[in-house]
This record gives sequence, C-alpha cells and structure tokens, in this order.
Amino acid sequence: MNLIKMSHVKKTYKNGVTAIHDLNLTIEKGEFVFIIGSTGCGKSTLIKMLYREEKPTSGTIMISVINVGKIRNSKIYKLRRKLGVVFQDFKLLYKKTVYENVAFALEIFGTPKDEIHTKVLKALDLVGLKHKAKNYPTELSGGEQQRVAIARSIVNGPKLLICDEPTGNLDEETSMEIMKVLEEINKIGTTIIMVTHDTEIVNRMKKRVIVLDSGRVVRDYKEGTYIHESI
Amino acid sequence: MKAFRIISRNIRDAFYSVFRNFSLSLASISCITITLLVVAISIILSYNVNNFSSLVEKDITIVTFLNSDIDEASRNDVGTEINKMGNISSVEYQDKMDITKEMMDSSETFKNIMGNWSVEENPIQSTYLVKVKDINTIADTAKKIAKIQGVSTVKYGEGMVEQMVSIFEVVKKVTIGIVIALVVVTAFLISNTIKITITSRKREIDIMRLVGASNLNIKIPFIIEGLFLGMIGSIIPIVATIYGYVALYENFDGQLFSPFIKLIKPEPFVYTISLVLLAIGILVGMFGSWKAVRKHLKI
Repeated sequence: MNLIKMSHVKKTYKNGVTAIHDLNLTIEKGEFVFIIGSTGCGKSTLIKMLYREEKPTSGTIMISVINVGKIRNSKIYKLRRKLGVVFQDFKLLYKKTVYENVAFALEIFGTPKDEIHTKVLKALDLVGLKHKAKNYPTELSGGEQQRVAIARSIVNGPKLLICDEPTGNLDEETSMEIMKVLEEINKIGTTIIMVTHDTEIVNRMKKRVIVLDSGRVVRDYKEGTYIHESI
Repeated sequence: MKAFRIISRNIRDAFYSVFRNFSLSLASISCITITLLVVAISIILSYNVNNFSSLVEKDITIVTFLNSDIDEASRNDVGTEINKMGNISSVEYQDKMDITKEMMDSSETFKNIMGNWSVEENPIQSTYLVKVKDINTIADTAKKIAKIQGVSTVKYGEGMVEQMVSIFEVVKKVTIGIVIALVVVTAFLISNTIKITITSRKREIDIMRLVGASNLNIKIPFIIEGLFLGMIGSIIPIVATIYGYVALYENFDGQLFSPFIKLIKPEPFVYTISLVLLAIGILVGMFGSWKAVRKHLKI
C-alpha cells in the first residue's frame, strides 16, 4: 500500500530556480528509502515538501490521506504530529535534559505524565540511551545527540520518519550505529526516507535507492548500491 | 483535564524559561523597570497637578453682596433664588454682624475703628458665599446672581479666575498627554526588547514547530513568559512608588512649599498607582511577546 504518492510535482522558488521538475514517486508503507544525489539536485527540497516546510508549485503530494500541498500554514502541526524528522544538526534544545527533549514532543499535546514517562523511556531504550536521560545534550557525543533526536522523532509513534543527512556530522563508526537504530525502527513498521551523501552507508544497507539529478529522478533501484558514475 | 495539563505545563515552562534565559530576561525586566519608574513618576505628578487644580477650582467663591437696607424676608428670597439656579454647589449666608465680629477679632486696629460703629453706621454688607459646580461657566452664574432683586454687587475675582482656569485646563491636558505618550513609548520599548530576546530563541520556536506544536502551542508559553517578565519588572517601581511617595508626603507634611499646594493622601493613592503599574507591566509584557512570536510563525 502506498504511504507516499507524488504526482507531477514541481517546485520553483521565488528567485526563479526550479529545484524539482515533474517528479513522480511512490513509496510503500514500511519501506526504507535512500535519496541520493549531488549538492543542489533537489533532494533537500524534496523532503522539505514532505514535511511541508516548502509547498509544491504544482502537482500533488499525498501522505496517506493527507494532501500535503493543500494544508494551510496554521494546520501544518497536524501533519508534523504524524511524522518524525531528523536533521544533520540534531536540533536539540541544549537547555533541556535528554529526557525533557524527548518528552517535549509529547507535552505539547497535553499527554498525561505517566504516558509521557513510559513512552520517553521506551524511545530512549530503543536508541540505547536510557541511562543518559538526565544528562544535557552538551554532555553527549555527536552520535548520542543524534540518537536523542531520533528518539524524539519516534516517540509519537509516527508512520513516517524523514532523515535529512542524519550521519552528515558523524564518523563512520558512529554513522553505522545510527543506521542500526534506524533499521530497528524500520523493522517495527516505520517507513524511513533518508537523504545522504554517504556511499559507504548506502552500499552496506542494500535498500531502495532513488537517485536525483537536477530535480529529476534518474535511477530507482529496488535493492540498490550507490554507483558513483551515475551522479 | 487535557487543557489543564497543557496550561499548567505552559506556566511551568514559562517560569523556567525566565531563569534559563536569565541574561535576556534581565534585559527585558530592567527595561520594564526603568520605563515603569518614569511612568510612575509622571502619573504621580499629573495626578497631583490635577488634584491641586481641582482643589483650587473648588475654592473659588462668588461673593454676593446684598443691599444694606435689605430685610430678612427679601434676604431669604435672594438665597432661594440663588439655590434655584443650576450650577450651584453650595450657598452660605454671612451676616454683616458676624463679618464685623470676625474682622474685629482678627486685628486690634479693626477692633478700635469698628467697635465705635452703630448697626446703621456699619458699612459692611451681608453676603452670600456661593460655590459653583462648573468653574467654566462661573461668569454666567455670577451675572445671573447680580440681576436678582436685593443684590448690590457680585465679586469672584473676574479675569484672574478665567485665566487660572484656562491655565489649569492646559496643564491637565499636557500632563495626561505626557502619561499616555510615556505608556505608548514604554509598550514599544518593552515589546522591542522582548522581540530581541525571542529572536534569539528562534531555534526553539523552529524545533517546537517541527515536533508538531500548533501556533497557539508556541505562542502561549511566550505570552505567559511576557506576563512573568512584566510582573517581575513592575516590582521595583511599585515598591519605589509606595515607599517613595509615603516618604515624600511625610517629609513635606502633605503639602508642597505652601499650605496652598496640597499633596494627595498616600492611601489609597499609592495602591491605585501600584495596580496601574502592574497592569501596564503585564499587558505590555504579554503584548510584546505576542507580537514578537507572531513574526516567527509566518512562513
């Protein structure tokens, strides 16, 4: 069953640059998809449209039954509550503890305290950081910080996890730890879309690979590897 | 229950965030404190000027001199006539014998001269002391009184009174204008300071948006934070107003330079001002935060 269906999506920025040209793409529930491509190929724009940071100029983007392009600004939060987003720079609140950072995503909906406690600890357990709950992000390594960000993004139990170069700031070993965590999350049924530059990761994971070039899909491998020449 | 949890969480977060962003909070708080101090001083000044001018206005009297040969019946008629007019707040009769006695008691010289007068020789006239409700129409009222049968002349300090009234009107308008202008400037200053502190927390707002906070979810903690900043910022001005004004009042014995200029009694005046300051602090703090956050929520 399709979780994401993009039909004839085009995105032109105000400055006249067209980042995405007539893009058609479907992603099934439970898939793990890499989106790769050189800098400026439109991969960031593509995922920004998925969490409605950008609006498509034309075409439709459906996530489950939500028409993402049609959501009003004031209603974006309804979409964001259904998906998780992880970034290269973690985007943690440094004045809050690890526990508070993860709990933050639940508190804003008025989730009861007991439920927050259970869910936060479960998410931290999944990323292997239960023992660091009381620490502040600055006391953690880069990889650990990213794991906190992942815990925050999945604590709501989203159907879709969007990762924008989550290993971009991490060394190889740490990156593979993050990938293991993401694979675990994928195993429990969460669809994952990950943008990356890292050839090593893509080649090891053997998942679906979508290659973008100048705003168009140029390759779509079912169990692909990163072929350098194609980009 | 859910709403209660959200509200209590917002209050808790706002409270913590005042301390977590202490240096920026301090900037907002000191800005509120300083401007509210100036506002407090100007309110105290303007209220006292207004109080003084209305006291003076209340004291202005139309002295109605009656004809020397007037009998008791016609004298009472004049009193009734005056009372019937609009714009009269009080009428008091002073018999010429009472006036004479009062003058004789006040000085030895008067006593020597006036003591020899017989009732018929006494040139002093009996009077009605009339006070008016609206000082602006005193001239009309005085004219009407002068026309009454049995009234010889009417005096109320013509010319000087009108001039004084018009000066007081200007002073009142200017002081109220200054207070309003100060409050507006304060609002602007405080909202700008809070805007700077919130801009520095754009990251926090972005993250809130990212994890699915609605615009209202984001605004409320900041607005409550503004309320706290306003409340904390008004503490020093309130304490200064209460202690400062009471000390000033006691030091000058309730009057400034001469018994003519009376200060407003500290109670409940200082408490009213404190409430006004608190209200300005809170409202301006909330308004400033709301305006600043709103800017960041537009995409």
